[in-house]
Amino acid sequence: MSSQEHAAAHVHRDDVGSRMGMWLFLFTEMLLFGGMFFLYSIYRYMNPEAFHVAAKELNTLIGAFNTAILLTSSLTMALSITAIQKNNKSLSLFFQFLTILLALGFMVNKYFEWTAKFHHGIYPGGEELLSRSPGEVLFFGLYYVMTGLHGLHVVIGAVIIAVMMRFTAKGIITQTNYVKLETAGLYWHLVDIIWIFLFPLFYLIT
Amino acid sequence: MDDSKSHVEHSHGYGIYILVWMALMTLTAITVAVAGINFGALTITTALVIAAIKSYLVLQIFMHLRIEQKVFRIFVFVAVLFFVITIVLLFTDYSFM
Repeated sequence: MSSQEHAAAHVHRDDVGSRMGMWLFLFTEMLLFGGMFFLYSIYRYMNPEAFHVAAKELNTLIGAFNTAILLTSSLTMALSITAIQKNNKSLSLFFQFLTILLALGFMVNKYFEWTAKFHHGIYPGGEELLSRSPGEVLFFGLYYVMTGLHGLHVVIGAVIIAVMMRFTAKGIITQTNYVKLETAGLYWHLVDIIWIFLFPLFYLIT
Repeated sequence: MDDSKSHVEHSHGYGIYILVWMALMTLTAITVAVAGINFGALTITTALVIAAIKSYLVLQIFMHLRIEQKVFRIFVFVAVLFFVITIVLLFTDYSFM
């Protein structure tokens, strides 16, 4: 153990480089979702009425509730970093745990939302959906792909934060070396930003 | 606020995060409330402006851009700029089809 610690003291650390690496990755995520936002905007521009009719079927209350959940999870994530910076390990672990709980809450809501839609035959290839106008089919296609890919990011984020909890518990993430938690936080906040745009674009079309 | 101090520490206190969270929740409530009113073409603009303000708060405070080295802010600015350029070109193209 002592030889490991000795070796660790000589390991080159570049926290700014680590954060920059994560930001560069986030830009590729922006392209991934950006392409779909472009597609959405053009299809909406070409099918304004169909998008309006289809969006009415989404549950605004669940959408708003999920927005509140994700915003709060971003808060707890940010607080967990401040806690570790103040050397409060148990508080940091508590906030990380809360973040994971909120992520799970978000996914549970998504589960109920999607199953209710499936139940009514509104899913890609579903009988009810295929009987509707092409614009509505496009809307729900985009809805499932975009919120689905976002949901996948939420699950991945929750797994990453779980790993961070283990790192924090084992003393790998400490008051002086918390860049792993910071970069995990950056990823988590990006997931939040994507939802900030998904919510009004899918749930709040008047 | 105490910019010089946070530059050195590279951290925010708990308080500012809670303030930003309250602002984000308020903006969400506003965007839901406003969505019921029909401003015509302005409706989507209002929703996107509020979403942009929320993203700005998350980027600056939660993602630490405010206390990060300047090069990070330049990178994000350039990335967002090209995103906006792409969507403007896209709509210019479709508007004349």
